[in-house]
Amino acid sequence: MAVNAKNLNETEFFYGHKACAGCGGSLAVRIALKVLGENAVAVLPAGCMSAVGFNFPQLCFGNNAIISTFAGTASMLTGVEAGLRAQGITDFHAVGFAGDGGTADIGLQALSGAIDRNDDILYICYDNEAYMNTGIQKSSLTPFGARTTTTPAGKNIRGNLRPKKNMFEIVAAHGIPYAATASVGYLNDFMRKVEKAKSIKGTKYIHILAPCPTGWGVKTDETVDIAKEVVDCGLWYLAEYENGEFTLNHQPKEFSSVESYLRKQSRFKHLTAEDIEIITQSRDAKWEFIHKNFN
Amino acid sequence: MKPYLREFVPTAFEDIPDATAYEAGYLVTKNAGWRNVRPVIDSKKCVGCLNCYLYCPDGVIYREGNKVAIDYDFCKGCGICRKICKPGAIEMEAEK
Repeated sequence: MAVNAKNLNETEFFYGHKACAGCGGSLAVRIALKVLGENAVAVLPAGCMSAVGFNFPQLCFGNNAIISTFAGTASMLTGVEAGLRAQGITDFHAVGFAGDGGTADIGLQALSGAIDRNDDILYICYDNEAYMNTGIQKSSLTPFGARTTTTPAGKNIRGNLRPKKNMFEIVAAHGIPYAATASVGYLNDFMRKVEKAKSIKGTKYIHILAPCPTGWGVKTDETVDIAKEVVDCGLWYLAEYENGEFTLNHQPKEFSSVESYLRKQSRFKHLTAEDIEIITQSRDAKWEFIHKNFN
Repeated sequence: MKPYLREFVPTAFEDIPDATAYEAGYLVTKNAGWRNVRPVIDSKKCVGCLNCYLYCPDGVIYREGNKVAIDYDFCKGCGICRKICKPGAIEMEAEK
């Protein structure tokens, strides 16, 4: 039976943390740990979730958890997995929680190496689309047009000039046993994917979009709604990669308005009608690609 | 089960751990002071769908019988539970 709110492990493994109210990243970590259970060994690089989880003398994790170097989430996971295996321990899940910067920029090399070795680890990237912990700097997963402190909106440029890096397909291109995208707006889908990853040997990667009220400029109670809307308007998609094939999990009947999604967030409030047209066109091109190449 | 609040009063050097952390789930401060508004559940309207419990970023909503209850020591008052609640059983009330 699929894991859902009713049969989910009632134990809380990420509790009392100091994340901002309405934090999407902490929701992703909390739910993933509940699905994985107490034998999960969590590795967290520099980033929001390590900053809010480990505040000496507090330790907000109820399971084993450790902070890695910024670039070394995946390599520390490799070490955790090999070390426990060497001790004859088999009943555990080595899981990493890195942000978008810690995954797509700084930790990409280590992640690529771990996938290449096919280490038995689960890597979860909670993507809040900028370096939120240090004060909202652009990462390579920041979408086009978003205002950050390093891509300000002013006379000369209107926010981020570059599109979001396609991390899911970069990971899939390694021929990884399992990769998936998710959103905190669709937690049942996310829980199913974590549950599935749990049962697969080898490297697993889940990329979950996790809105940040502070960085995105939305109210604290809008996190889940905006995470739903980004999927419904087609700027994010729920998909899986397995056995060399891409599968689309959720096809919105009709896309909701891209403009309405963007206008709700202060990081996009400077965008002009032409900018929104560019974003809409890139969405349509992406979906054309998805329909052509995904099952 | 979940990490719980305890008193932090190291009196001797031996009370400080050798590692960089105490044991797992060691909480010494509440988050209640972060809140301007608090969610209040109307148990008559609650249908026990558990969506608020599932979507709470802090995990402060827990199951109690067929319904849910809130741990106000750690609720930050974000209001996600109120929005996710279809029967409208959760209202946000101003903290005095």
